[in-house]
Amino acid sequence: MADVTLRKVVKRYDDVEAVRGIDLDIPDHEFVVLVGPSGCGKSTTLRMIAGLEDISDGDIMIGGDIVNDVPPKDRDIAMVFQNYALYPHMTVAENMSFGLRLKHYPKAEIKQRVTEAARMLDITELIDRKPKQLSGGQRQRVAMGRAIVRNPKVFLFDEPLSNLDAKLRVQMRIEIKKVHQKVRTTTVYVTHDQVEAMTLADRVVVMNNGRIEQVGPPNELYHKPATRFVASFIGSPAMNFVPCRLEDIGGTLHVRVTDTLAFPLPGVRASRYNSVSRDTKLLLGLRPEHVADAKFNSGAGVETFDATPDVIEPMGMETFVYFPLAGGQVCGRVNPAVDARAGAPLRLAVDLNHMHLLNEATGAVI
Amino acid sequence: MVDVAIQPNRANRTSATRKRASLRNALKRKSTSAFFMTLPLIVLVAVLVIYPAFYSLHLATLNKSMQRYVGFSNFTFLFTRETFWLVVKQSCIFAITAVIFKALIGFIVAHFVHNIPAKGQRKWRGMLLVPWVIPPAMSTLGWLWLFDPSYSAFNYTLSFFGIGPIPWTGDADWARFSVILVNVWYGMPFFMIMYLASLKSVPDQLYEAAAIDGANWWQRIWYVTLPMMRNIIAITTLFSLIVTFANFDIVRILTAGGPLDKTHLFATWAFKLGIESSDIPLGASVSLFMVPILAVAAIFILRDINKRGNEA
Repeated sequence: MADVTLRKVVKRYDDVEAVRGIDLDIPDHEFVVLVGPSGCGKSTTLRMIAGLEDISDGDIMIGGDIVNDVPPKDRDIAMVFQNYALYPHMTVAENMSFGLRLKHYPKAEIKQRVTEAARMLDITELIDRKPKQLSGGQRQRVAMGRAIVRNPKVFLFDEPLSNLDAKLRVQMRIEIKKVHQKVRTTTVYVTHDQVEAMTLADRVVVMNNGRIEQVGPPNELYHKPATRFVASFIGSPAMNFVPCRLEDIGGTLHVRVTDTLAFPLPGVRASRYNSVSRDTKLLLGLRPEHVADAKFNSGAGVETFDATPDVIEPMGMETFVYFPLAGGQVCGRVNPAVDARAGAPLRLAVDLNHMHLLNEATGAVI
Repeated sequence: MVDVAIQPNRANRTSATRKRASLRNALKRKSTSAFFMTLPLIVLVAVLVIYPAFYSLHLATLNKSMQRYVGFSNFTFLFTRETFWLVVKQSCIFAITAVIFKALIGFIVAHFVHNIPAKGQRKWRGMLLVPWVIPPAMSTLGWLWLFDPSYSAFNYTLSFFGIGPIPWTGDADWARFSVILVNVWYGMPFFMIMYLASLKSVPDQLYEAAAIDGANWWQRIWYVTLPMMRNIIAITTLFSLIVTFANFDIVRILTAGGPLDKTHLFATWAFKLGIESSDIPLGASVSLFMVPILAVAAIFILRDINKRGNEA
């Protein structure tokens, strides 16, 4: 096992810069998830760590050694691919043991490692089958088994759950987490699914347009996003952004949303935003859970207002309400007991203790 | 009364309607329409393949003047002739050696072409296909001039290195080499294009997975490329084996079976016996010998393909 370090890593394809000088330190045993939209450079970064793509500039270190020019086979890494990449002509056991056989491990040790990994992944009874006889989930387990038996320094996962259905994806997510808790190998995992990122990662790396937007533990990214991109990418349903500006009313700092609606800021928030120019165009960032029903939510920093939802999404344990505000659509989360109905006025409460204020022009969180 | 008089007519009408309905149903069935659509081809195959095949079987049972039924006498007579066994040996050497080299060179060239960037690949693919698209009767004439013992480009070039002159078509071993060389030159592009198509269908991720698993270049070929191409290799080899075994034009033009019948194949010897020596039944018997040999090869190779099926 080893730590992985990226120093000013750049990847260029002719004139296009896919990865624009990223720095990242992944300590030993950590599970890091690279997340971002398609084309953000996350898969390219992973492939550069694997050695499947040359790097145009910068350094990649595994276990303290620069591996820029080291071929994949000598990096002591294992990779799980989106399409599993199982050898169709080999059985499960042959697939799993392929790397060990190439390195001329003793037969007894190969058998022991394969059996152990198969037991860990619950695929013992599939060991003699060919990949075509397996379901998607089973194939993914075999692909993981192939990585585990080699006991590498680093595990690399390239969107491994993308081809699975929603139910199986949740199941496999738990499996992957369990495996990491058992083997503790440094893991770099690429996904475009922020739920996967949040649930699996020790730290999440949010990438956008070839750059790292923010690195941090899942909760930190959720509660303290650094940019509008991170704030909007992490969380489902996404954070609401309402155009606003700051205004002093009666000696209290308010955030004005519309001509008729302004919320007084709680003391801590007011002192934090006091220095912001009153002319600056801002965005009020609110998670749906902080726009709730007034009936069950009250207290310091919680302000109420009336809205008329036009769409209601009952989810069972919660109900999402969508209503127009300041020219946009806002999503709130209310208690199902409130019995919200489309077209019927609803008293809502906004928890300003958890609000975010963003500069509209730069997208930076203030 | 009226009713009784009408009854038979009604029965006739009902049965006619039923017949029309069943015909309509039959035409509606996919298998029926498929049969009618392939019927022209079936007729063509019957006229051009099945009829001549049975006719040659019939011819093989006649005497030289084609007047008398002689049973298997032509076949038993062939077994006693030394030239027949020479032809069997030469046909096997020719077909197996040529197919091995065509497959090997085709595989290597396909790999090179596969690794050429997409832009230049079409140009190379086109150029490498040239030997295959030129009619062999014409290109073999060019080779015949290249192999000329006195004035050929080969011997002229070799003379600068103090080698030769080599009797390309005059010596038995060199003549065997020459006909195989020309056949390889002519047939290699077919293998190349089939292997290239097959190579393109191997997912890149398998190579990447193998590279990460620790496989070097040769191990990637051995453990990924070759197993993934097995079915194409088997089918191409079988097809080429049949075509090469039954080759006629190259040997006929280059050596005419000589020297001393040493380069005869079944087809050229059958032609010599049947057409040039006017013993059509014996010529038919020779050509029929190809059938069991090729059938055995086909059964083995196709059985292997069926067994493996599609593993992807």
